[in-house]
Amino acid sequence: MTTRFETEQKSGLLQRILTALPYVVLTISIVPIIIGFVWIIVATFSYRTQGILPINAQGKIGGLTLQNWTFLLDAKIWRVTFNSAMIALGMVVGVGFLSSLTGYALSRMNFRGRKTFLGMTLVLHAFRPELLLIAIFQVLLFIAGIPIAGKAFGFNTVGGVAIVMVSLELPLGIWLMKGFFDNISWDMERAALIDGASRFRVWWEIILPQIKPGIAALAIFNFISGWNAYLIPYTFTIGTKVSNLSVFLNQFSSDTSPMGWNQVAAVGLFQLIPILIFFIFTQEALLNIYGGGTKGGA
Amino acid sequence: MKVELTNLTKRWGDVVGAEGIDLSTKDGEFVAFLGPSGCGKTTTLLMIAGIYKPTVGEILFDDRVVNTVPPKDRNIGMVFQSYALYPHMTVFQNIGYPLKLQKVPKDELQKHVQRVADMMGIGHLMDRKPAQLSGGQQQRVALGRALIKEPQLLLFDEPLSNLDARLRLSMRSEIKRLQMDLGITSIYVTHDQIEAMTMADRVAVMKDGHLQAFAPPDELYDHPKTLFIAGFVGNPPMNFIEVEVKQENGSYQVLGPGIHLDLPADRGEKVARSSKVIMGIRPEDISLADTGVKGEVYLIEPLGRDDLLDVRIGETAVRVLADPALGVRMRDTVTLHFNTDTAQLFDPDTEQSLLW
Ligand SMILES: Nc1ncnc2c1ncn2[C@@H]1O[C@H](COP(=O)(O)OP(=O)(O)O)[C@@H](O)[C@H]1O
Ligand SMILES: [Mg+2]
Repeated sequence: MTTRFETEQKSGLLQRILTALPYVVLTISIVPIIIGFVWIIVATFSYRTQGILPINAQGKIGGLTLQNWTFLLDAKIWRVTFNSAMIALGMVVGVGFLSSLTGYALSRMNFRGRKTFLGMTLVLHAFRPELLLIAIFQVLLFIAGIPIAGKAFGFNTVGGVAIVMVSLELPLGIWLMKGFFDNISWDMERAALIDGASRFRVWWEIILPQIKPGIAALAIFNFISGWNAYLIPYTFTIGTKVSNLSVFLNQFSSDTSPMGWNQVAAVGLFQLIPILIFFIFTQEALLNIYGGGTKGGA
Repeated sequence: MKVELTNLTKRWGDVVGAEGIDLSTKDGEFVAFLGPSGCGKTTTLLMIAGIYKPTVGEILFDDRVVNTVPPKDRNIGMVFQSYALYPHMTVFQNIGYPLKLQKVPKDELQKHVQRVADMMGIGHLMDRKPAQLSGGQQQRVALGRALIKEPQLLLFDEPLSNLDARLRLSMRSEIKRLQMDLGITSIYVTHDQIEAMTMADRVAVMKDGHLQAFAPPDELYDHPKTLFIAGFVGNPPMNFIEVEVKQENGSYQVLGPGIHLDLPADRGEKVARSSKVIMGIRPEDISLADTGVKGEVYLIEPLGRDDLLDVRIGETAVRVLADPALGVRMRDTVTLHFNTDTAQLFDPDTEQSLLW
C-alpha cells in the first residue's frame, strides 16, 4: 500500500510541476517587458536614469522632476491632442459603421456587381497611401470648393484628414467584416425575420452582437491607426490648428533639439495613454466570445 | 389555416431546389415533407416561410396569394434543425423576441413568455443563455419562440435531428401532442420516415425536387405509388426482386431465379401487359416455413423483438424478419414463404406502381 501511495504522490508532484511550468516560463519571459515599462515611467520623471533608478547630478539616487512633462503646458498640445482624438474616433465610427454595413451586404445579399466589388475592394487595399497622395490632394481641393462641406472636409481640415484615413482603411475593414458575417449561421437570421424583425433590425439586434469581438478588434485597430496617423495629416494640414499629435510632436522635438531621452519617453507615454484607455473600454467586448448558441448542426 | 402550393418551383440557375410542387393542406392538419437529403424539403419550407422567393408558382394561405408577403407578415412560427437561438440573449429574451418586435407591453410580455416557457417545461431556465442549455432544452426554447406569436402556421425543419435517440422519441410525441392541442396547421420536414409516418396526418414524399406522393401514412405504406416511396417508407425497407409474371389458365405466377410463387388474381390482372416487373415485398411478409423458396442465411441482425435475416436466394438478397426463438444460424439453409397478398408490383422502366 505504501509504495502505491508514494507513486501516487510522486505523480501528483509531477502533475503540479507540469501545471506550474507554463506560468514560470511566461513570468520569466514577461519580466524584461515589465522592466522596460517601469523604466519608461521612471525615466519620464527623472533628469537621468541609471538602470531603472533615477539619479541626480551628483550621481546619487534621487533627482525626480516634472520637467519632462512641461510640454503639456503648451496650449497647442491640447489642441492637437483633440484633433488626434477626432481623427481616431472618426476612424473608429466611420470605418466601423460603413464596413459593418457594407460587409453585411456583401456577405448576405445577392446583387449585380457583387463579385466585382469584392475584387476591387481587395485591389484598392493594395495601393499604398504614398502612391495616392497627389490624387487625394486633388480630391481634397475639390471638396474644399464645395460650400459648407468644404469647410469641414476640405484641404487643411481635421475632417478632411479623417475622411481620407477612413477611405484608406475601408477596404480592409469591409473584408474583415464580411468574413465575420460569413461565419454567422443563416438560420439565425431567418429565424429573426420570421419572428418579425426587419432586415435592418436583424443586422443590428441579432447579427452585430454576435461579432462584437470582431468589431472591437477593428475599432482598436482603427483607433491606433487614427491616433498615430502621421503621413496624411502631415501632408494635408498646415499649422497646429488642424495638425494632430504625431505631427506636432515630431516638429516639437526637432524645434527643441537636442531632445533628451527622458523627454522622448514622456512624449511617447503621453501618446500611449489614450490607446490604453481605449483598449480597457473595448477589451470586454474583445474577449467576450459566446460559447455558441447551438449544439451541432448547420 | 389552409396552405396551398401550386406549381411551386425554385431554381438557382441550373440548380433545381424544388420543381412544380402542387399540394394543399387542410386547416389544422399536420403535414410531413419526407425525402432524402438534398431533395428540396428545406427549399420548399423556406418558400412557404417567405425567405426564398419562388421562381415560378404560387403560395396561398387561406386562398390568399402570399408570394410577395414578407416573412414577418405571414404570421408563422418556425423551428430550425440548428435551433437558431440568439446566443447573446437569455431564454426569456429569446422566447419573448417575437412579442418585443410586436411592441407588446412589458408586463403582458412577461406573463406570456412565462406561460409559454412553463408549457415547454423550461420556466425555471429563464435567465440562462442558450450555450448553458442541453440540446433538448434548446429545442424547447426554439419551440417556445415559434409558438409565442400564436402563429397560424408552424414550420419545422428537421427539428429533432440533433437530439439523441431517446430524446427524439419523447420530443416526437410531445410535438405531436402540442400540435393536436393547439390545432395549428403544421408542416414538418424530415428525412426520417418513422418521424413522418408516426406524426403526420399526411405525408408528402419528395425526390429530386419533385413531389412523389401526398397521402396518409398507411396509404403510403400499403399502396406505394412509386418504387422510390416503397423503398423509402417502412423499416426495415422493402425487398425488391426482378421477376416475370406468367398467366396459366386463370392463375398468375411469379417466376424468378429460384423463385416460383402464386400471385393473387386481383394483382396479377394488373400486370397482364408487362411480364417483366419488379416485385416489392416487405420483410414482415416473408416468413420461415416448411415449404417454399430455399435460401441461405448470409447475415443475422438481432433487432430485439425480431431477428433481421439477410437471406440469399441464388444471387438475390432478401431481408426477412424472423422469430429469434427459431434459433436460425448463419449459413443455415431456410425455406421462405412469401405472402404475395401484399406484394407490390412496379414497372422496371417507369418505376411506377402497376397496382395503384
Ligand atoms: N441557396 C441555394 N443556392 C443554390 N442551391 C441551393 C440553395 N439552397 C439549396 N440548394 C440546392 O437545392 C437542392 C435542395 O436543397 P434543400 O432544399 O436544402 O434539400 P433538403 O432540405 O431536402 O435536404 C440541393 O441540391 C441544394 O444543393
Ligand atoms: Mg434540409
